[in-house]
Amino acid sequence: MSIIIDQGKCIGCSRCHDVCPGTLIKINENKKAFIKYPKDCWGCTSCIKECPVHAISFFLGEDIGGKGSKVHTEKIKGEKNDIVRWIFELNDGSVKTIDIDPKESNKY
Amino acid sequence: MHKKASIPTYYQQMNIEKIKTDLLIIGGGTAGCYAAITASTLGAAKDVADIKILVVEKANIKRSGCLAAGVNALNAYITEGRTPKDYVEYAKKDADGIVREDLLYSISEKFNEVTAHLEKLGLVILKDKDGKYVTRGNRNIKINGENIKPILANAVKKLPNVTVLNHVNIFDFSVHNNKIDGAYGFGIENDTFYAIEARAVIIATGGAAGLYRPNNPGFSRHKMWYPPFNTGAGYAMGIRHGAEMTTFEMRFIALRCKDTIAPTGTLAQGVGAKQINSLGEVYETKYGISTSERVYGTVAENLEGRGPCYLRTVGITSAQEESLLKAYLNMAPSQTIRWIENGTPSKANVEIEGTEPYIVGGHTASGYWVDTKRATTIDGLYAAGDVAGGCPQKYVTGALAEGEIAAKSAVEYINATVDCHAPLQGSRNDVETEATIKEAEIASHVAEIETYLSQKNSLYTTEQLEEAMQIAMDEYAGGITTGYGYTEKQLNIAKEKIDEIESLTGKLSATDLQEVMYIYELKERLTVCKSVIAHLAARHETRWHSFAENTDYPEKDNEHFRKYVNSRLENGKIKIILRELTAEGQKNYEHHH
Repeated sequence: MSIIIDQGKCIGCSRCHDVCPGTLIKINENKKAFIKYPKDCWGCTSCIKECPVHAISFFLGEDIGGKGSKVHTEKIKGEKNDIVRWIFELNDGSVKTIDIDPKESNKY
Repeated sequence: MHKKASIPTYYQQMNIEKIKTDLLIIGGGTAGCYAAITASTLGAAKDVADIKILVVEKANIKRSGCLAAGVNALNAYITEGRTPKDYVEYAKKDADGIVREDLLYSISEKFNEVTAHLEKLGLVILKDKDGKYVTRGNRNIKINGENIKPILANAVKKLPNVTVLNHVNIFDFSVHNNKIDGAYGFGIENDTFYAIEARAVIIATGGAAGLYRPNNPGFSRHKMWYPPFNTGAGYAMGIRHGAEMTTFEMRFIALRCKDTIAPTGTLAQGVGAKQINSLGEVYETKYGISTSERVYGTVAENLEGRGPCYLRTVGITSAQEESLLKAYLNMAPSQTIRWIENGTPSKANVEIEGTEPYIVGGHTASGYWVDTKRATTIDGLYAAGDVAGGCPQKYVTGALAEGEIAAKSAVEYINATVDCHAPLQGSRNDVETEATIKEAEIASHVAEIETYLSQKNSLYTTEQLEEAMQIAMDEYAGGITTGYGYTEKQLNIAKEKIDEIESLTGKLSATDLQEVMYIYELKERLTVCKSVIAHLAARHETRWHSFAENTDYPEKDNEHFRKYVNSRLENGKIKIILRELTAEGQKNYEHHH
């Protein structure tokens, strides 16, 4: 599992770099974030949640059953508070979403 | 002259920053953050308003440590009708007796108090219509813990007397005459060497992952149960300075969803999924349901030709499935994507496997030998969380409780032993001698770092040596390859190989301080490996299947091994010390130096 950063969307704010628990993300000379050590990613998704422009997605490596889909999150306005929307861009081009209300606890 | 000028010395480019603090906390994870929160409110005696606290973290406390991805339940809570004693009994049974009851009592009595504090800080805990926490089993409560670490980190950042140094890697203690007076580290992105002086130190660096070859050694090598960034730094620093350590032979192996290494407890406890073999037979009842027995049963079923093994989820309702997909997004999103890509749990059972072994004092009992106050055997050094031994099944609330206990003890120590107005104790001569020793230590550390940065053309890379270590541990010290079993002969080979790899680390090269950190992390892991091997060899029995599967001694031996296996490095050799168990119901334990 690892992440990819969309260089077109990245605004170079460095927040992903700051939170990565392995300090694996660096900022290049064009002020864009990139993952310097992709094999060392734990898959915690901290960077994805932190990115203000939804430029970071994660994927499963093929060695652990990945099939080419990418996932990122967006914050959307809910009735009472912000909702975290997980967006799955599947390899066949279809998109699936799951919304999670941070104010609600898990069922399990 | 010419030659001297042509070699760029990194030493000259590296800033050296000297910091004095009262309490140094190494590691800003669960235990470290809570230690800071606790200590900040205690203040100091002797008319000094507040003590100064410094938290040093190699990543950033906002998302560092075990809670980076979040957690969806608090697994250690005293639910209605239960008592701390019940929790102690549960942990004791799971470890088949080899626990410190005093330590377990001290955390169990605090579980609910620290949970209430977390809720006050902003953690969402599920409640029923009467406002009571919703439980999962006898000891767990359900939460939305995706943001549990940012909640803790924010609380720390608000404290006026706490300074946080992020992205600074501590790699050595400063210990003189078995008393700690600070630590050494470097900024991995700012070319700065840090020499920190402190009146007391709390070590809270977590346990050790990456000692053994992982489940998926290729591209997804870090998709593991335990944080791959927890490299055993705290253990290694303590071992090298002669701290007594305990129970390194009680390794932790998690039973996980195959490939994604996502948790299985949520499936077992959340929707009641049973462990089944490829014939569809429920096998968990055959081997027992303690943590180690669940792993052992899975290994045994595979060895006997009834693999692969699964958690039976086929047939769960669509509502259950939807909740599962969400629950995993909050703690292990890779499992949710896997379900979406490969078929959801109501339609396909979830394949399970054991992970590679980890050394982790929060689940099993490996770590510093501490007294009830969490004082280690090094004067002034306290341990909390996964780095502290003797006290398994801590989980999040236990780590918080230990952070609190260690903080109170450390502040008490500062107040009792140090005159806060005097920078150093002793005569003028002592002060000068001490300062000279410090300067010499700084110079020696900086020179070592400089060597790694200036060496070129190293035949091996840090990554290659790490892989060699993981293969040696896997094949000869009871990794996945051997079904976790080992013999004394195999352990001897493992030791030889680890020594050999260690001897090669001196020639490694690095291009920046992050790569220097990787070299130190490798050396930390090698130090921990040697202790693990010595402990595995010392326990001549098999008390915990898989965790310590001694093929030479396949039975449990209560007569000789209802004991703690402890160790201490003396003159470069690991000395094993067998200690008697603390008494049943014992609530206090003191070191006898």
